[in-house]
Formats: sequence, structure tokens, C-alpha cells
Amino acid sequence: MKRIIILLKLSVLGIVSAGLLGLLTVSSEAAREKYFDRSGRLIVIDKPAADLLRTYDTKNRPPEKSFPVPPPPFTEGIFPCSDCHEGMEPNLQRRTLEDMHTDILLNHAEGQRWCLDCHNPEDRDTLRLVSGEVIPFSESYRLCGQCHGDKYRDWRKGIHGKRTGFWNGDKEYLLCAHCHNPHDPRFKPIHPMPPPERPARGPH
Amino acid sequence: MSEKKKCDPRVFQLSRRKALKGLAAGVGVLAIPSPKASASVWESFFQKHFKELSKEDLPKVLARMEEQYSREYGRPVTVKATPHIEGVKFGYGLDLSRCVGCRRCVYACVSENNQSREPQIHWIRVVRLNKEKGIDLSEAEHYYNPREVPEKGHFYLPVQCQQCENAPCTKVCPVQATWRENDGIIVVDYNWCIGCRYCMAACPYGARHFNWRKSRIPTDELNPDTHYLGNRPRPVGVVEKCTFCIQKTREMPGRYPACEEICPVGARKFGNLLDPESEIRYLIENKRVFLLKEDLNTQPKFFYFYGS
Ligand code: HEC
Ligand code: HEC
Ligand code: HEC
Ligand code: HEC
Repeated sequence: MKRIIILLKLSVLGIVSAGLLGLLTVSSEAAREKYFDRSGRLIVIDKPAADLLRTYDTKNRPPEKSFPVPPPPFTEGIFPCSDCHEGMEPNLQRRTLEDMHTDILLNHAEGQRWCLDCHNPEDRDTLRLVSGEVIPFSESYRLCGQCHGDKYRDWRKGIHGKRTGFWNGDKEYLLCAHCHNPHDPRFKPIHPMPPPERPARGPH
Repeated sequence: MSEKKKCDPRVFQLSRRKALKGLAAGVGVLAIPSPKASASVWESFFQKHFKELSKEDLPKVLARMEEQYSREYGRPVTVKATPHIEGVKFGYGLDLSRCVGCRRCVYACVSENNQSREPQIHWIRVVRLNKEKGIDLSEAEHYYNPREVPEKGHFYLPVQCQQCENAPCTKVCPVQATWRENDGIIVVDYNWCIGCRYCMAACPYGARHFNWRKSRIPTDELNPDTHYLGNRPRPVGVVEKCTFCIQKTREMPGRYPACEEICPVGARKFGNLLDPESEIRYLIENKRVFLLKEDLNTQPKFFYFYGS
């Protein structure tokens, strides 16, 4: 059984030859949008022209579409935050927390940022975007999307991260926070399942 | 497309199949039922090819199987034969920049699809490769087993049936027990397969597996939701393979394949190639895509890609 996979060879396929299958057509209304991702790679994508216009028409922009998601992965008992924070004076001071949340160590562009860049000082049960807009935790992807536009774009299409449910029906999106701890977002290594048994000598 | 070639008159097919089945019995892989065998054993021996079963015969065949499996496993087992959905051609995407080689897909597949535990059959193989060497399969390591994945300097390549549009395996089958369905899934009629294993030799991806012995699946681990062309318990001496979880995906609405659902990093994508809004179309049109052994012109519908 070993023989087979060793023979495998991967070869490059241009996007063009994907069209070989004769299944794929590019929408004629699509416009090209170019941008650079964080690693500096040029990304070119097709976008309906209407979408492009919308991006620049800040006044008439429709409200962001929200996506159905499972409940945010809070530690049990921590939410609602207002149980404690209501009546507590928000402390805008960048500091080492000592009385609470001592397990939270920022390892996420930490030099440039503090808790209240993301959490809303006025209402701890919500998040706050740079624009000042207040959003619920069930839309935290928009918070992340402010700086990770390329990932957010792929996420909405179901490419980065993951959708669950039905391929031809209703879907739910896992939040970025289901896979990445917002405070220390590097994906944590996991334990692999056992390797296959080595082939015994075949019956023949 | 290959359907047109299927022009052999049925009579010829049947007699040739019987001859071959006899031959196989000669080498001890399959045997003609013993004279004492029950009626249902004889019925299944003379059962028609799946595609030739009439509307009246099919429910009877399914009912006979349900009864047989339910008895064998001591719990209710259903066998369906849900046909393809019009306007659907399935495609699969796998993000090599995300996969961490954790093998959760391998085992989710085993339990969803009732693969034999002992002897062990895995429809999915994950191989480890070196980042520096790139896709060089002479470096492929199947048995990596570190404490944690991903490992520095490595990436991982899961391999399973590529559901080729131009499938070498179906062409070599002497009895047409394996074919491509309209939604692109390559299936096997286990009641028609004679176990000659030509298809295994023809498959360049090692994606077909042979039941040397009676599969052993603990009763409480059996998945009782089965499809005739998919995960129903297999008899000894036949070839089996990935069907994109035909029992789950061919529904309205249809779930994702088990390997896709389990993937903790979201590296696996699945959908309808004919739907411009599907994630599979998006990745083909917007990401760097690879096909395994593209030079063989097998035209896989399994697309490896780089998400970032
Ligand atoms: C990058 C934006 C960001 C920053 C900076 C940030 N947080 Fe968070 N935090 C989040 C998001 C998003 C969640 C929601 C996670 C979820 O959905 O479970 C969260 C969750 C929490 C929780 C709930 C954790 C749990 O165990 O469920 C606490 C408490 C918290 N943050 C406190 C803090 C404190 C204290 C700081 C500063 C040291 C901070 N956060 C900095 C984005 C941020
Ligand atoms: C059990 C009570 C309790 C709960 C529940 C709680 N906090 Fe706090 N939080 C505190 C205390 C006390 C401090 C001050 C800690 C210090 O100064 O050392 C604090 C501080 C913070 C800070 C630092 C900024 C500030 O105003 O002091 C942030 C941000 C924060 N909490 C976010 C959250 C979020 C988000 C949640 C809900 C997901 C949450 N907290 C739930 C008690 C709580
Ligand atoms: C204010 C901008 C900003 C926001 C908002 C933001 N990030 Fe980041 N993120 C960064 C920067 C800058 C880096 C690269 C520096 C670093 O790794 O610390 C980064 C790195 C990352 C990485 C890669 C970490 C690694 O080590 O591989 C992940 C994953 C990530 N962010 C996820 C998120 C998630 C999830 C959210 C939303 C909860 C989010 N980010 C919100 C700026 C942001
Ligand atoms: C299903 C889990 C999952 C979800 C959901 C998810 N990610 Fe990721 N993300 C990953 C994995 C796995 C990696 C690769 C990490 C690695 O290789 O160490 C990654 C990598 C990243 C990186 C690092 C850059 C890169 O390409 O490696 C960023 C930034 C990031 N994700 C942001 C996000 C944002 C923003 C969201 C939500 C819009 C999100 N992720 C949702 C699993 C997820």
C-alpha cells in the first residue's frame, strides 16, 4: 500500500486550467480588486462592480451583513461581564492586572494595543470598533476584520475558518475566536491521532 | 460521459461476470453459496447490477439488506439508495497552508463510513512532507507521530479518492462494478464487485482498499445510516473507497462530509462546482490551486490549494 502514495506527484495547476473542467465561468459583471495581504503578496480578486462602488459610498453603504454563529466561546461564568463591571469605573490605564483576569496576557501586537481598544469601556458586554461603532460579541469577526481584511474576506466566503451545517442549506460560521484566542491568537499545536498500522505482509 | 461506452449487451456482461466470479472462487477469495445457504444469500448472489435494478426490485433489495445487517449487528440499520441531485457536481478543496496533519479526518471517516477496524482500513492517508523540499513525495512520511502537530519545517498532505472525471479505475473494471455517478462520485456496487483489484492497480492515488477479511466493527460503533453505494457493511473480497460521504451529502439539505466536519483548522472545503456562490468555486477562482498527478489527465475533482 506504501507504493501508491510515494508515486504521487503534485503538479501546478493554473487557475486557467481549472476551467478545463468546463464548469467554470467568471461573472461578466465582476471587477478586479487588488490589494496586498500582510505578507506583502499581491492579491487580485473578482468583485461585483456594485460591491466596489459600495465600498467608497460611505453614506449609503448598507449595514454590514451579519452571519449566524454559534455562541462565543466564553469561559463559563464570565459573561455577562456587566455582573461585575456595571458600576465599576473603567480604568483606561495600561497596566498589569492584579485583581482579576490575571490569566490574560496580550500576545497580539501587544506593544500597540490595550484592552479597551477592543472592549467597550462604556458597556463591557460589547466590543467597540475603531470607528466607534459598538458590536456584540457574536460579531467579533468585524473587530478582527479591521486589521485582517484578507482573512475576513475569505472567512465570509467560507474559505478561511469554517462553516458548519449544510453545503446546500443553512450554515453557521465559527467565529475567529473559536479558533484563535483574541489575546494570544497564534493557533495552538494539537495532539495528532495515531498513525496507521504498518502494512503486515499481505495474505499472499 | 463514459456511460456511452457501456454498450455490452447485458447477457454478455452477466455471463462474463459469472465466469469471473467462478474464477475468483477458484482462488478462494469469493465462494459460491453453499447448498445449505439461506434463500437470501442465493438472492443476493443472483442480484442484478445496481443500475439495472428496476423500480420494483430496488426496494426489495434494500429491504433484504436492511434485514440482513440489522440481524448481523443486532440493531436497526437502514440502507438507502438516494440518487444524485440534478445540477450538482461535487468538488472538494483542501488548504495545504492550514492542514496541521492531526489525522482527525482519518478516524472520522472510519467511523462514519464503517471501515474495518481490524484489519485496519483507512480511506484517508495523511503524509508528512518537508517544507524545504516542497511537494516531493519521495520524502513522504506516513507514520509520523510526534507529541504535537504541526511540526517545524513540515507540512501535511491528506490523500483520498480524487473522484476523477477521467477515472482510470472505472475503465479497467472487467464487470463494471464501479462507475462515476452524475454528481461525479465514483461508486462501487459491492454486490457486483468480483474482487479482482484491477481498479486498485489502476488508481494512481492509492485510494481504493480491499477487504481481505470480514470487516470487524463493534456493534455500538456501527453507523446505521447507510447508502447502498457507500457506507453499508461490506462483504469480504470487495474493493471500497471514499464516496464524499454519499449517505450524508446527497440530501436536501445535505450535510458536509465527515472529514470536512471534523477538521479543527477548517482546511477542508466541499460544495457544488456548478454553483458560482459555493466555497469550492470561490477557492478555485481566487486561490492557487494544485491537482495531484495532473499530468496523468485523470481530472480530479479534489483541489489542493493555498489559502494564504
Ligand atoms: C484584539 C482585541 C482584544 C484585546 C486587545 C483584548 N480583548 Fe479581551 N476579548 C476580545 C474578544 C473578541 C473576546 C471574545 C472572545 C469570545 O468570543 O469568547 C474577548 C474576551 C475577553 C474576556 C472573556 C474571556 C473568557 O475567558 O471567556 C475577558 C475577561 C477579556 N476579553 C478581557 C480582556 C482584557 C483584560 C484585556 C487587556 C489585557 C483584553 N481583553 C484585550 C478581544 C480583545
Ligand atoms: C468576577 C468579576 C468580573 C467579571 C465577570 C469580569 N470582570 Fe473584567 N475586571 C474585573 C476587575 C475586578 C477588574 C480590575 C482588575 C485590576 O484592576 O487589576 C477588571 C478589569 C477588566 C478590564 C481592564 C480595564 C478596566 O476597566 O479595568 C477589562 C478590559 C475587562 N475587565 C474586561 C472584561 C470582560 C470583557 C468581561 C466579560 C467577558 C469581564 N471583564 C468580566 C472583574 C470582572
Ligand atoms: C488593531 C489591529 C488588529 C486587530 C483588531 C486584530 N489583530 Fe490580529 N494581528 C494584528 C497584527 C499587527 C498582527 C501581527 C503581529 C503579531 O503577530 O503580534 C496580528 C496577528 C494575528 C494572528 C497571527 C498570530 C501568529 O503569531 O501567527 C492571528 C491569528 C490574529 N492576529 C487573529 C486576530 C483575531 C482573531 C482578531 C479578532 C479577535 C484580531 N487578530 C484582531 C493586528 C490586529
Ligand atoms: C476553523 C478555525 C479557524 C477560524 C474560524 C479562523 N481561523 Fe484564522 N487560522 C486558522 C489556522 C489553523 C491558521 C494557521 C495557523 C498556523 O499555521 O499556525 C490560521 C491563521 C490565521 C492568521 C495568520 C496568518 C496566516 O495566514 O497564517 C490570521 C491573521 C488569522 N488566522 C485570522 C483569522 C480571522 C480574522 C478569523 C475570523 C474572521 C479567523 N482567522 C478564523 C484557523 C481558523
